[in-house]
Amino acid sequence: MIHAKNITKRFGRVQAVSDVSFDLENGDSIALWGSNGAGKTTLIRCLLGVIRCRGNASIGGVDVRRRGRHARALIGYVPQELAFHDDARLGSAMVFFAHLRQVSRARAAESLVAVGLTGHERKRVRDLSGGMKQRFALAIALLSDPPLIILDEPTSNLDAEGRGEVVETLRQLRQSGKTLLFASHRPDEIISLARRVLVMERGHVQRDTTPAELWPTEKPVQVIRLFLTMANEKDAADVLREAGHAVHLNGNGLCVAVPRDRKAEPIAVLARKQIEVRDIEVLDDVQIPETTR
Amino acid sequence: MSTISVSHDRTDRPAPAAPSFTAGIARFARREFRDAIASKWFLLYTFAFTVLAVGVSFLSLSGSGSQGFAGFGRTAAGLLNLIMLVVPLMALTAGAGSIAGERERGTLLYLLAQPVSRTQVLLGKYLGLAAALICSLCIGFGISGGVLAWRAGGVGVGAYAMLVGFTALLTLAMLSVGILISINSRRSSVATGIALFIWLTLVFVSDLGLMASSLLFKLHVQEIFGLAALNPLQSFKMSVIVNMNASLDVLGPVGTYASHTLGNGIPWVLASSLIAWTVIPLAIAVFLFSKRGSV
Repeated sequence: MIHAKNITKRFGRVQAVSDVSFDLENGDSIALWGSNGAGKTTLIRCLLGVIRCRGNASIGGVDVRRRGRHARALIGYVPQELAFHDDARLGSAMVFFAHLRQVSRARAAESLVAVGLTGHERKRVRDLSGGMKQRFALAIALLSDPPLIILDEPTSNLDAEGRGEVVETLRQLRQSGKTLLFASHRPDEIISLARRVLVMERGHVQRDTTPAELWPTEKPVQVIRLFLTMANEKDAADVLREAGHAVHLNGNGLCVAVPRDRKAEPIAVLARKQIEVRDIEVLDDVQIPETTR
Repeated sequence: MSTISVSHDRTDRPAPAAPSFTAGIARFARREFRDAIASKWFLLYTFAFTVLAVGVSFLSLSGSGSQGFAGFGRTAAGLLNLIMLVVPLMALTAGAGSIAGERERGTLLYLLAQPVSRTQVLLGKYLGLAAALICSLCIGFGISGGVLAWRAGGVGVGAYAMLVGFTALLTLAMLSVGILISINSRRSSVATGIALFIWLTLVFVSDLGLMASSLLFKLHVQEIFGLAALNPLQSFKMSVIVNMNASLDVLGPVGTYASHTLGNGIPWVLASSLIAWTVIPLAIAVFLFSKRGSV
């Protein structure tokens, strides 16, 4: 479905994406994992063809650079936060996107029903909550039933309930045969949804791996987020890695995947090195699916 | 939340397709038109232009104390000055805020992620804004024309229609320049600032510059006419004067030169200048926007 070869993007002196190559088969799912500024969003934008980059990218065999709009017809895109005219009403915005996607008004209405936004057609975009906006973006992305869904941190602005709904929908989409490419800061989401993970750092793909390799455990995984002072974050990540923990520094705390019966262990490891943990957030309890092992 | 119905087997259906080039433009144009006429700036501009146009028409006719074409000529002269001030300001600022505003709000990225090209987005927005601006002008001209017809009768309707036509052409030209500013600006405030600077330059500075240049460099009449015709506002003004008086002699030696040299071709030459100001900036805008490396 996706063929990316030597994708490179530079903004002035900053190398945002450097020589990234990967293939994604139909029905497969891949997560982009990395800290803020690792190049995940830029890579997504290159694949969408909304920014020019070096290298070759094709979606379903359609060259993104030469036939961008035809390639984008095969993609449903969900941004981190939907940005559309705040004054637009949900119903009319949906009809506009339905026309762009060459589907009927009936399909537009059906999509709103499916994401639980029926009855909100007269609401303006600015009046929607973060969760409603993401559901709306998901409805637009799925209007034409495209084979590929690309999502850029789709749950980062959602509360636990909204996140759960979106993840469940994506899980069902994956089961229905959709190809998924998504960026995420949350190991639990990646474990739930992705078969492969591209670990990105400073524009490079460091590893093309699986969630099971990245967070190796046979037991149910609990992901905890540790909040430390900014100056300690990198040292703490190194300490935890040396202690054998799967860690990721994502710009919003340290995410550590641990067996559910060993949640305090990373804090103890850091305490031994006199690194203070300010706060801890226990993320969702996740079970590694068989397919990702 | 239930999940959206999706096909488990796509082989029975064709893959989703992008809209055709013209259909994509039409959809963006329709959306832009609807957004524009529902916006506060549209209401403000329409109200201001209508009030001023009706005021100018009413006062010109009252002052002339005349009926028929003399009254129309005086009104048209008053409207001409009003149009030269207001219309470029409306079109330049509307164009300047279009793409830059979308970029600033973050909506441009989402639109470009849809199955449309940058050219479709740009042309769609241009056409939608052009339709809204012309619609706004037509309301002002329509009510003003009603006053004119009531006080001066139906004499000069053709010339009035030509005035409307040339004003529409001026609107398209200034909107093209505004769009060109917009695609190169990251913030709408910067784009609006540049648009205001260009408006001031075209309305005030270019006239004074032409006068100063003609004295300093002792320009020939043909050079002065050529330079004046390059300014879209001067082209518009001369077009309307030709339309009312059938010659440019009222403009002095330069007008006499143009009348004698170009004869009946003057309106075409001047209209060509306005068309060039419409097509060239828009073509450059399409080229630069489609080649732009970032959003």
